[in-house]
Amino acid sequence: MIAADPVPVCKILVPSGVLGAGCPEEALERGVSLVPDCIAVDGGSTDSGPYYLGTGTSKMTRRATKHDLKQLMLARDRLQVPLLVGSCGTCGTDSGVDWMADIAREIAREEGLTARIALVYSEQLPENLLPLLDAGKITALEPALPLTRERLLECDHVVGLLGYEPLADAIAAGADIVLSGRTTDTAVLSAVPLMRGFPVGASWHAAKTAECGGLCTVQTRQGGVMLTIDAGGFDIEPLHAANQCTPYTVSAHLLYENSDPFRLTEPGVILDARDAEYAAIDARSVRVTGSRAEIRPYTVKLEGSGATGYRTMVFSAIADPKLLARFDEWLGNLEAFLRMGISNVLGIGGDDYALEFRPYGHGALIPPAPAAPPHEVGLMTLVSATTQEVATEIARYCNPVLLHFPLNLDDPLPSFAFPFSPAEVELGRQYEFKLNHVVHLERPDQLSRTVIETIGEPAHG
Amino acid sequence: MAKLGEIAKYVRSKNAGPFWITIDIFCADAEGFERIANAPGLSPRAIAGVYGISENEIRQFRVPSLYVFKISFPRPTAQGSPGDADSHAGQLFVPLLSVDIDQEP
Repeated sequence: MIAADPVPVCKILVPSGVLGAGCPEEALERGVSLVPDCIAVDGGSTDSGPYYLGTGTSKMTRRATKHDLKQLMLARDRLQVPLLVGSCGTCGTDSGVDWMADIAREIAREEGLTARIALVYSEQLPENLLPLLDAGKITALEPALPLTRERLLECDHVVGLLGYEPLADAIAAGADIVLSGRTTDTAVLSAVPLMRGFPVGASWHAAKTAECGGLCTVQTRQGGVMLTIDAGGFDIEPLHAANQCTPYTVSAHLLYENSDPFRLTEPGVILDARDAEYAAIDARSVRVTGSRAEIRPYTVKLEGSGATGYRTMVFSAIADPKLLARFDEWLGNLEAFLRMGISNVLGIGGDDYALEFRPYGHGALIPPAPAAPPHEVGLMTLVSATTQEVATEIARYCNPVLLHFPLNLDDPLPSFAFPFSPAEVELGRQYEFKLNHVVHLERPDQLSRTVIETIGEPAHG
Repeated sequence: MAKLGEIAKYVRSKNAGPFWITIDIFCADAEGFERIANAPGLSPRAIAGVYGISENEIRQFRVPSLYVFKISFPRPTAQGSPGDADSHAGQLFVPLLSVDIDQEP
């Protein structure tokens, strides 16, 4: 009897939602035993705010990143399949790629591994984007922020979110490990199936489902998932034998962090999951069919972050019921007193600083404050200015007032609770996301630059 | 008076990128979903009133297979910008909990 040809499949091992978050050893081992065609993981996000892109630094620590990367490089070496890490160093700047490459070289040296490594850069110098802006190739997404040359040049760092093509090109050129700059989370996971001709809709949908690792499973902290893509759809199962994917957990993941749960835009394609069907294969695996893809003009999203100034914080706390019964009145008087002093004593005009109060426990997060007096209030005072020195000078001027400002002018001097000394905390340079735009490209690799090197070669004596 | 917090099974909010917020309202069953997904107190106009935003910026999605009603709109303050007190928009759903869902405001 002749065995039928096996159905061609592409298996993607996704160890976690982000490199550095960790994957239990037994979960990864089980994934490796299933013989995947590649290992793919995202390394970044804008989710932690504009600081990381503004500074070009990583949110995950080097130690946690090295722990995870070592695990994956060892697994890759055993399997001899591609390993892809996208959005290196959280923000995916060139410094993030170089930081990750340095860790990879160190691991290769320590573990005696040899590999061809591709560094795929996607950072853009703002001035290099000006011709594209002038040519009308950069357009705004909703909510539209006006984009001027000045605003573009205010960015400390700009990255383009690469699609899968530059990663696939690097693998086609012989890379064992691809470390890319900012890349869509999904492109990192879909690169290998797409370059091998698996269906576009199923590949993107599978990638979208697994982009947060185990978040589409029942026990979300048991490691990531295995995707198996074939000509008719994809299967998904958790790496950990004791974890489960259900039609509910898999389909519900499209809700998470997506403004539209049915139509998801990627470079050059829209995934349409409206008619997708989710069926349990067994108690822990799900099959997904009916994912569609619409091919679109090729656009790449830009992310840019730039400075807004410097901040210093003072945090103080109040529990005196007499004061809390008239808190708004007290805070209004305090603010007026401080603003007058900042102008008259420090000589700093109202346009040169910002003073903000956040009374936690009294409507700071969800205004308005309830009518009943709170039990206690944590008062966060934030001072912003164009330099750290000025912000801290104002905060230090506010210090004795925040400590002692009375409710009534003739009260014996009160004191409030400062939790530490000094009370002022310098928050450093502050950043904001300045771009919400896409750039229309002629070629998918127009914004990327790839360098391939061999790591772990023994040094020549 | 039927407050959303008492009718829904679970409500959460989250950034969808630095410029958008998305709120997921999970309902216990088909009946709860029908009631919440068509509630006058959760109309675009009502949501606009709660968050002080424009009605035509609000997008709503009904996902009957999950009993989920989803509401997305641009963040009033971009994530991490001066004045933003909830970087991940994780607590932004809270004002919705006390909305009377049967009442068009």
